[in-house]
Amino acid sequence: MSDSGQQREPYYADAPPGYEHFDEHEPAEAVGSYLVGLGLATLLSIVSFFISGTTLVWGPSIPVALIVLAIAQIGVHLVFFLNITTGPDNVNNVMALAFGVLIVLLLLAGSLWIMENLNHNMMPMDQIMRMQR
Amino acid sequence: MSAFEAAVGHERDLPDRRYTAERTAGGLLSKRIIVGYGFWIFLLSDIVMFSAFFATYAVLVDATAGGPSGRELFNLRNVAIETACLLLSSFTCGLASIGARKHRGSWFFGAMAATCILGVAFLFIEVREFAGMVAQGAGPTRSAFLSAFFTLVGCHGLHVTAGLLWLMTMMAQVFAKGYRADILRRVLCFGLFWHTLDIIWVAIFTVVYLMGAGQ
Amino acid sequence: MLGKLTWAAVPFDQPIPLFAAALVGVVIMGVLAWITLKGWLPYLWQEWITSVDHKRIGIMYILLAMVMLLRGFSDAIMMRSQQALALHSEGYLPPEHYDQIFSAHGTLMILFVAMPFVIGLMNFVMPLQLGIRDVAFPTLNSVSFWLTATGALLVNISLVVGEFARTGWLPFPPLSEITYSPGVGVDYYLWALQISGVGTLLTGVNFVTTVLKVHAPGMTYMRMPIFCWTTLASNLMIVAAFPMLTATLAMLLLDRYLGFHFFTNDGGGNVMMFMNLIWAWGHPEVYILILPAFGVFSEVVSTFSGKPLFGYRSMVMATMAICILSFTVWLHHFFTMGAGADVNAIFGITSAIIAVPTGVKIFNWLFTMYGGRIVYSTPMLWSIGFMVTFVIGGVTGVLLAVPPADFVLHESLFQVAHFHNVIIGGVLFGAFAGYTFWFPKAFGFRLHEGLGKAAFWCWIVGFYVAFMPLYVLGLMGMTRRMQHYDVPAWRPWLLIAAGGAAIILVGIILQIVQLAVSIRRREELRDVTGDPWNGRSLEWATSSPPPAFNFAVLPRVEGRDAYWTIKQRARQQGGLSKEPRYTDIEMPRNSPTGFICAFFATFMGFALIWHIWWMVAVAALGAYATFVVFAWRDRVEYVIPADEVARIDRANRSARGEALVHMQATP
Repeated sequence: MSDSGQQREPYYADAPPGYEHFDEHEPAEAVGSYLVGLGLATLLSIVSFFISGTTLVWGPSIPVALIVLAIAQIGVHLVFFLNITTGPDNVNNVMALAFGVLIVLLLLAGSLWIMENLNHNMMPMDQIMRMQR
Repeated sequence: MSAFEAAVGHERDLPDRRYTAERTAGGLLSKRIIVGYGFWIFLLSDIVMFSAFFATYAVLVDATAGGPSGRELFNLRNVAIETACLLLSSFTCGLASIGARKHRGSWFFGAMAATCILGVAFLFIEVREFAGMVAQGAGPTRSAFLSAFFTLVGCHGLHVTAGLLWLMTMMAQVFAKGYRADILRRVLCFGLFWHTLDIIWVAIFTVVYLMGAGQ
Repeated sequence: MLGKLTWAAVPFDQPIPLFAAALVGVVIMGVLAWITLKGWLPYLWQEWITSVDHKRIGIMYILLAMVMLLRGFSDAIMMRSQQALALHSEGYLPPEHYDQIFSAHGTLMILFVAMPFVIGLMNFVMPLQLGIRDVAFPTLNSVSFWLTATGALLVNISLVVGEFARTGWLPFPPLSEITYSPGVGVDYYLWALQISGVGTLLTGVNFVTTVLKVHAPGMTYMRMPIFCWTTLASNLMIVAAFPMLTATLAMLLLDRYLGFHFFTNDGGGNVMMFMNLIWAWGHPEVYILILPAFGVFSEVVSTFSGKPLFGYRSMVMATMAICILSFTVWLHHFFTMGAGADVNAIFGITSAIIAVPTGVKIFNWLFTMYGGRIVYSTPMLWSIGFMVTFVIGGVTGVLLAVPPADFVLHESLFQVAHFHNVIIGGVLFGAFAGYTFWFPKAFGFRLHEGLGKAAFWCWIVGFYVAFMPLYVLGLMGMTRRMQHYDVPAWRPWLLIAAGGAAIILVGIILQIVQLAVSIRRREELRDVTGDPWNGRSLEWATSSPPPAFNFAVLPRVEGRDAYWTIKQRARQQGGLSKEPRYTDIEMPRNSPTGFICAFFATFMGFALIWHIWWMVAVAALGAYATFVVFAWRDRVEYVIPADEVARIDRANRSARGEALVHMQATP
């Protein structure tokens, strides 16, 4: 029952977010992970800035492209900086993240849909105020 | 052993040399895991708060009340510099956390100082941008769009400010007390916080600045 | 120097609040004097105020809830009596007062009675049921409690100094904007909620982490008691929903203090965005309240039917389904605000769907009771009363979820009756069931059973008498929050409703008497073994009250209803299992951090309300300094030596051993 014989945490028992597996990796490898993340994120940022101002891409698709690039970059951050992986030790971290993302999506999509409907159907506030005078 | 049973671990209320300072009041996983996960949950709640501000911004983005819109106000060159500062600071923060785990003072203090400088640079540019907008009559009281803009971006800026205060406190703690287990846990949390702020910035520069300026 | 604060803020010219404030002041001074003269202050400081023990904090939460229940209920009595009198008359409460009273009633009841009550129960019970020593972050737990207490304090201070909001329990703009509410009332509300909201959010983080990461050996997720699952779901909802509240109230504060234009009539502000965001919080909030109550009923019903809970897996699924679905229905609170048929239809459908998992739960409880040997104890009566009452309230909710019906009934007394039906029948009955059920565990003696039953009957009869007329009135067209009216046909129903409130008052008095009598007769009602109800889960394996460390050795869990398995084995063996090997136990040290943080938060809130800016700065600095001082601690734990642990545990084991012998001797 005593695990004084164990030299380290149960391997992959459970990992916190941001946990770098130092027992298994050299610091050079960990730095490498951050460097790859930095490189990818920089690339994605440059593409975003470029696309937003260019006429090379069909205009109406630009917002969609920007969103896709942003999601990709957020993914890069999560994987390379926060070390959220899909391994069995990260189940709780991923579930929590998925729950958070779901709530964010519901709030954003729901609010936009509802408010667009309301704004469309209801008289604008300044007109209502003018009626009062 | 199922994944869940692996997650719960084995009973460990005998003195465990490796975790002498890390035993929780009855918990079985190391404190590092528990603290890290708890902070992760807190960060998710913070992200939900930001999404409420994002939703408000998205709804109010056209409510300029006859005043200026994003296209007239936003300077994308500044935004690019801010983005570079924050992204690099995320990288240096990662180096700092490696340095902390490996107990290498030069790495830790150097990288934290770099993170701090980059964060201050970001804030400087942002404050200058805000001051400029206020000076030209495009402050947060001008219209609903501007209220939403200043609140969303300003909230992020406040988080960065709080993060810098935290950063300096962590440097002071490591300097005063060394690489104690509980201090390392706080460095872990700080790292998570700082990376999350960069994630939120990605959303801000995309939705607010790039989409706003492009219309 | 003192911002907007002047002597005019104290209501010298208004007899009712003045009298109420004076009464409360006398009571508080009296209690403080009594405590000081008896020499209990050092004990209270060391053992309760600075405690980081989840059991103590849970008890304090429930105490706060009960005290606030008295204040909220007196508001209710005033409202009922005003409406009973005010036909073609002004009654005795002028509109400015009446508006503050119904606003305070709702705010207090939801946020400072129901929330602290369920959080207190979860705090006390969940770590014991999981077989662990404390929650994941004990000091954070203390901070959460004291910040909640700060919020309650600020709301009550508004009675004496200044005024409260007149906007209802949710401050809808434009009424709550500075143009139309220039006084301090809305500010009191906003800062009280922001401060206590931080406390609640931290509780959410704390409990989610605890339930997911801190377990006794062998306690997998599918072996946890259902109360722990509902704790998890409720706290996941807290983590997801409360940030929305913080953001929305912050935007209203920015409008009021700095002239922003989020929800103003001019400058492009959009009033409906407030409704949208606040209800995106508000709906999950009521599920945050009801899920722990459902958890209580699962525990109570299975214990007093002598059977394991029917359909464990489906209960877990239903609980987590409610957790997710509660974020998909919020528009049903503002069907009438012009969103259009398709939006209304979608949200109407999701609102109907969310009734399904609740139905699953009700059937599971009924099937648990079926074939069991039912003991009609007080907690079981509360549970049965809940099942009948909550179903009625839930059905009226599904009715309101139909948009065309809601167009007729929105903001009528029908709606008021519905939510009181589910909150009282669900949350409050669950809170009282939990209070009675776990009282012996917390204090070592049971509550007087006869008085408990009498209180239950007064509550349930009083509830029906008070609220069924409101359904009728709603269908007759009476809107809510009316200070006076001129439709004679409504009056008889309002008189009946007032009578119902009086019956509930008797119920409350009986509960107070029950507590006093039980304390006086505690030796007769003593719980010697720690298991007064023949319980099934691990909290009943400890003594009553449990020692600081809960379990001398963390139990090994091998299945659901962990304690029941242990008991069955003991009965078969004819004795307790072998004495375990006792070791030293490290426990977290008490800390004044929570109390001191709340102290500064109170001053900061008060100063923000009255625009005393220097005080804001000083208090903010103080709160930050407290935090840094806490972070600079070197000694965070203290050790309970193995002999002490052994002594405490052996005493409980011998009591249980005797009870086992006695039970075996009398089959």
